[in-house]
Amino acid sequence: MPAADLDVRNLSAGYGQTHVLEDVSFSVPAGGRLSILGRNGMGKTTLMASLMGLTRRYAGSISLGGQDVTALGTAARAHGGIGLVPQTREIFKGLTVEENLFAGLKGRPRAAIEEAYALFPRLGERRRNLGSQLSGGEQQMLATARTILGQPSVLLLDEPLEGLAPVICDMLMEAFGRLAASGAMTILFVEQRLESALAFADDVIILERGRIVWSGKPDALRADADVLERYIGVGGLH
Amino acid sequence: MPMTASASRTVGRDLLGLALIALVGLAGYWLFPDNLAFLTRVISVALLVLSLDLIVGYCGVASLGQGALYGAGAYAAGIACVHGITDPVLLILIGAGAGAIMGLLMGAIMLRAHGLPQLVLSIAIVQLLHEAANKASSITGGSDGLSGMSPAPLFGVFEFDLWGRSAYLFGLGLLLIVFAVLRFVTRSPFGMVCRGLKEDPLRISALGIYAFPVLLKMFVISGTVAGMGGALAAIATQVVGLDSVSFEVSANALVMLVLGGIGHLYGALIGTVIFMALEHVVAAINPFHWMTLVGAVLIAIVLFAPRGLSGTLDELARMLTRDRWRAGR
Repeated sequence: MPAADLDVRNLSAGYGQTHVLEDVSFSVPAGGRLSILGRNGMGKTTLMASLMGLTRRYAGSISLGGQDVTALGTAARAHGGIGLVPQTREIFKGLTVEENLFAGLKGRPRAAIEEAYALFPRLGERRRNLGSQLSGGEQQMLATARTILGQPSVLLLDEPLEGLAPVICDMLMEAFGRLAASGAMTILFVEQRLESALAFADDVIILERGRIVWSGKPDALRADADVLERYIGVGGLH
Repeated sequence: MPMTASASRTVGRDLLGLALIALVGLAGYWLFPDNLAFLTRVISVALLVLSLDLIVGYCGVASLGQGALYGAGAYAAGIACVHGITDPVLLILIGAGAGAIMGLLMGAIMLRAHGLPQLVLSIAIVQLLHEAANKASSITGGSDGLSGMSPAPLFGVFEFDLWGRSAYLFGLGLLLIVFAVLRFVTRSPFGMVCRGLKEDPLRISALGIYAFPVLLKMFVISGTVAGMGGALAAIATQVVGLDSVSFEVSANALVMLVLGGIGHLYGALIGTVIFMALEHVVAAINPFHWMTLVGAVLIAIVLFAPRGLSGTLDELARMLTRDRWRAGR
C-alpha cells in the first residue's frame, strides 16, 4: 500500500462523556513525517487512538488518501491503511516473536516476515521466544514490526521510546528513519524526547489540553524558547 | 524457498508427535485386541475433543454444544449409509460436510453473543438438534437409534469385521491425517490470528483483521473435524443414537479438554484417552459408584494440575531443562 496523505478536520473526540480533543485540524502529505508534542495528559495518545477509531468522536472528519474514513470502525481503518503502534505495545505475550509476526501478515506470504528481521535483526535472534520473555525494547521492535508487515500507508507511532535504554532508542530511531526515508508510509510520531521528535519530523504540532496550540517546522520550534517553555516544559534546546 | 532452521525444527517435532501417536495407536492394537471397538470410540471422541480445542483453546469461544457438530456428522453418515452410500471414505466426507455446515450455522448464531449468553446459545443449539433428531424418527430412528447400516469394505478390500480391526486402523489413520492438518492450520498465520483474538481482540482489530469471519472459519473447520468423528462412530458401531447429539457428550468433551489441557491439540488427545480409560476401568470395577470415583479423580487433577495434564507435563519438562542448564553452567 503506498503512502497516503492524512487530513484531519475539526476533530473532537474523547471517552464516554469526557471530551479530550477539541477542534483538532492538521494535514500530513503522503510520505510526510509529523511529530506531535505536548506534556503528559494533553491528548496525544487520544489523538492516535481517535485516528484508529478507538475513541468516541463528537465532531469532525478524518480523510485518508482523499477517502473519508470517519465512519469506519477500527478494523476497517486498519484495513484501509492506518497502522497504530500503541504506547502500551500490546504484543501477544502468549505467542512467540514469529507467531506474533504471522498474526500481522494480513494475507501476505509467510516469507514476508523476513522484512521484519531485516528491519530489526534482534527479533530474528529471538524468533522462538515468547512475547512475555522479551525486554521492553524488543517488545517495541516487535509491535512496530508487526504493524509494518501489514504495509500501512499511514503509521502512527505512540511514544515508541518510552522507558527504553538510550542504545535501544538509537536502534529504533535508526529503523524509523529508514522507514521514513523509503517514503513508503506517512508517519505520525508522538514522543516525549524532544530532540528525537524534532530531528525526525518535517512538521510539528503541539497539543495543549486537547487543542493544537502551535504548528510549524522543527527549526522554528527549536528557536522559540518561549513556546518550548510554555507548552513542553523545557527552557530551550542547545 | 529453503526451509529455515526453526521451520524445519517445527516440522521435525510435528513428525515426531505423529510418530508417537501412531506408535501408541499401534500398541493399543496389539495390546488390547479384544477392546478395539472401545478404542475406536476413543478415536472418534478424540476427534470431537480436538474440534472443541479449536474453538475453545485457540479462539477463546466457550461451547457446551459441540455435540451438535458431532451428531450432525454421525446422522449424515448414518442416513447416507442406510440409503445406499456405503463407501467408508465417502461416508467420512459426508460426515465432514454435514459437520462443516452445522459449524457454519452454529458459529453464525453463537458469534452474535459473548461470554455466558454465548455458552447458553451453544447449549440451546445442541438441545434443539437433539429434540429435532428425536422428533424426526422416520429419518433418524428417534429414541431407538438409526440402524441398518452396513458399510462396504474399506478400499473395497478390508471388511468391517466383528472384532473392529478395520474400523480401528481406519480410525487411527484418519486421526493421524486430521491431526497433521490441524497442526498445520494452528501454526499458520490464520491460527496465530485466532490465538491473537483469544488474547486481545481489540489488538487484532487494530491490525485490520475482522474477527467474525476468522472465528466463523474456525467453526467450520471445527465442525468438519467433529463431523468426521461422528461419521467414524457411525461406521464403527453401525448405529447412531440420540446420545451422539446430546448435551452430555458436549459437556464430557469439555471435561476431557480441560483435563488434557487446552490450546495444545495434544492435550485433547491425552484428556480423551485418560478420561475414557478411567471411565472404562472404573465402571468395570464398580458399576454402581464409578461416576463418584471418576469425579473425585477429575477434581484432584483440576486442583493440582490447573493447566491440564499436557500443561503440567510441559511445565515439568521446562523445569527439568532449566535445572539441567543451570547444572551445566
